[in-house]
Amino acid sequence: MSTLLRLATAGSVDDGKSTLVGRLLYDSKSVLADQFDAVERVSRDRGLASADLALLTDGLRSEREQGITIDVAYRYFATANRTFILADCPGHVQYTRNTVTGASTADVVVLLVDVRKGLQEQTRRHLAVASLLRVPHVVVVVNKIDLVDYDHDTYTRVSDEVIAAARDLGMPEALTLPVSALEGDNVVTRSARTPWYDGPSLLELLEGLPAKGDPDHEPLRFPVQLVIRPQSAADERYRDYRGYAGQVASGVVRVGDAVAVLPGGRSSTVVGIDQAGQELDEAFAPQSVTLRLADDIDISRGDLIAAAADPPEPVHDVDGTVAWLADHALRPGMKVLLKHGTRTVQALVRTISGRLDLDATELRPADALELNDIGHVTLRLASPIPAEPYVRARSTGAFLLVDAHDGTTLAAGMVGDALLATATV
Amino acid sequence: MTLTPSRELSQLQWLESESIHIIREVAAEFERPVILFSGGKDSVVMLHLAVKAFWPARVPFAVLHVDTGHNFPEVLRFRDETVERLGLRLEIASVQDYIDDGRLRERADGTRNPLQTQPLLDAIAHHRFDAVFGGGRRDEEKARAKERVFSLRDDFGQWDPRNQRPELWNLYNGRHTPGQHVRVFPLSNWTELDIWQYIGAEKVELPPLYYAHEREVVERDGMLLAVGPHSPAREGETVTTRRVRYRTVGDMSCTGAVDSPASTVEDVIAEVAATRVTERGATRADDRISEAAMEDRKKEGYF
Repeated sequence: MSTLLRLATAGSVDDGKSTLVGRLLYDSKSVLADQFDAVERVSRDRGLASADLALLTDGLRSEREQGITIDVAYRYFATANRTFILADCPGHVQYTRNTVTGASTADVVVLLVDVRKGLQEQTRRHLAVASLLRVPHVVVVVNKIDLVDYDHDTYTRVSDEVIAAARDLGMPEALTLPVSALEGDNVVTRSARTPWYDGPSLLELLEGLPAKGDPDHEPLRFPVQLVIRPQSAADERYRDYRGYAGQVASGVVRVGDAVAVLPGGRSSTVVGIDQAGQELDEAFAPQSVTLRLADDIDISRGDLIAAAADPPEPVHDVDGTVAWLADHALRPGMKVLLKHGTRTVQALVRTISGRLDLDATELRPADALELNDIGHVTLRLASPIPAEPYVRARSTGAFLLVDAHDGTTLAAGMVGDALLATATV
Repeated sequence: MTLTPSRELSQLQWLESESIHIIREVAAEFERPVILFSGGKDSVVMLHLAVKAFWPARVPFAVLHVDTGHNFPEVLRFRDETVERLGLRLEIASVQDYIDDGRLRERADGTRNPLQTQPLLDAIAHHRFDAVFGGGRRDEEKARAKERVFSLRDDFGQWDPRNQRPELWNLYNGRHTPGQHVRVFPLSNWTELDIWQYIGAEKVELPPLYYAHEREVVERDGMLLAVGPHSPAREGETVTTRRVRYRTVGDMSCTGAVDSPASTVEDVIAEVAATRVTERGATRADDRISEAAMEDRKKEGYF
């Protein structure tokens, strides 16, 4: 069985990120002949001696013209037992916006550091974002090892520095490895030029990482997307069918489970789990299924079906950490829409309690949050949501802030004080 | 290595689950969604997923086909049978009608793919569709690699790749103002191989030309093009009968066949897994025009 792992790249400009991604795609044989021909042709036109693998990740016309990457691009490659989805996040402008987007769905952040430069401000910021978004794994690629003659001491110095910074930010398990993306050392195969390194290559490492949390140890959370009531179904058997369609956000649901329906708080029992005509005994995150309940209670889109033993508390006031992604500033008094799970409610920004200084990793007082700022806010909601801290439940602690007038996505939000958790762990 | 969780989905189960979640979000949040359906393998898989998403209820969307007038007859037959079987409403936007009444003119190269944009946008405006499902995949092409799952189009149907909404977690934002619409790509994260493995696993039926068959073709610009009423052989070209199949299905005049003995799903999966050329590179004349052919078409409102 092939399983899936989602990656997000991060790094400063010129850390060799495009070359690394190109190398991963090329050496894992995910680049096909016509794509490589195009890269060779362009490389030749530019007077390069060999094909520039970084060109494999070029996307839009303006990116090629300006030689920069503008937006997150998604790449796909696979090995015999794993499929990878890679969110290739540009490193320079709007780093928070892009890195937050990539990291929000990632199982692993692959962070590049230039071995000659060591830990940069940007590195610390990317680590902070990965920590804030609770990405399960961080792999730090110490790149350009060929440019320091594969020197063990230089690598160790940089590696120790990065691991210490990651630990300070609440990520005790960051992994590092020496790589030359340009030469291919330790990208797909282990290099003979780093005999002092006895760990896996980057690809081997990624193949072995566990994808995400274990559903068995998470509480059941099931946001209802829609109610399925096929009144006009051709098949008579389903004339009275009533099912609640959704994707298990966390945990396991079994037939016979006692559940609570939030925010109303009614309770019932699961009597059936359907997957397009197939009856299942149980379902787990992130399966899309349809649940049937014993009682005919009023349930609609936006409700959350949760384990009766451990339901989240519906709240009118939310403390949250937000990454502000819009051009105009966030100020107290603003009215926005908040989307949490399958529920969208009106929200009033009551206070901004601080802006995160990513370099010092502490909260500083602020009157407003500008584009790419990360800060802590309190929100008053028009109707309650079953919110729970993001640090506890990545899938049900997340929310969006949306402009009610033009529909723009304003912010990525995390319930609770993700900042404190990051800075003080 | 850390312990493997006791429960984990295969990559196909994961992709299926993600796509169904996306399709259900659209059903819940939009008023007039429509599925683009050409009878091509990606749109067939997309429709199959929609059927699974709403079982035992019907798919609550209409189906829209932009017909270039140069479609393979067996694909049109397949389209009609599928729509009939699922009890769906089929809308057709006809490029031929536009050419006949002068709203569009035939291009010098005879290719009709770029001509589909206007009939598509007109149909969206006429029916006031607010969400339009497309079968596009990010692995197909470099401009598509940057496309969001929910991709906002302005009043002119245009895509602005430099100003896309960030897409966070699985919280899709489909809000739009009147006149705008959202293109939705539930297969964004699938690759060509995933599509074929899924077709095999789910026994999804496809038009027969995806499998090896004898066909009269001519070789043009390194591609094998079918000879038919809409695509006659040009002077100096030799018509030969070869055993071929199609990797993509589109306009007959610019979609190439590949030499292939693959007559079953299993054969095709093996062939796709071992291929050295992308499906668009192998079979789409229109994407060879320039480095940015797809990007330019997409900005104007193409699929």
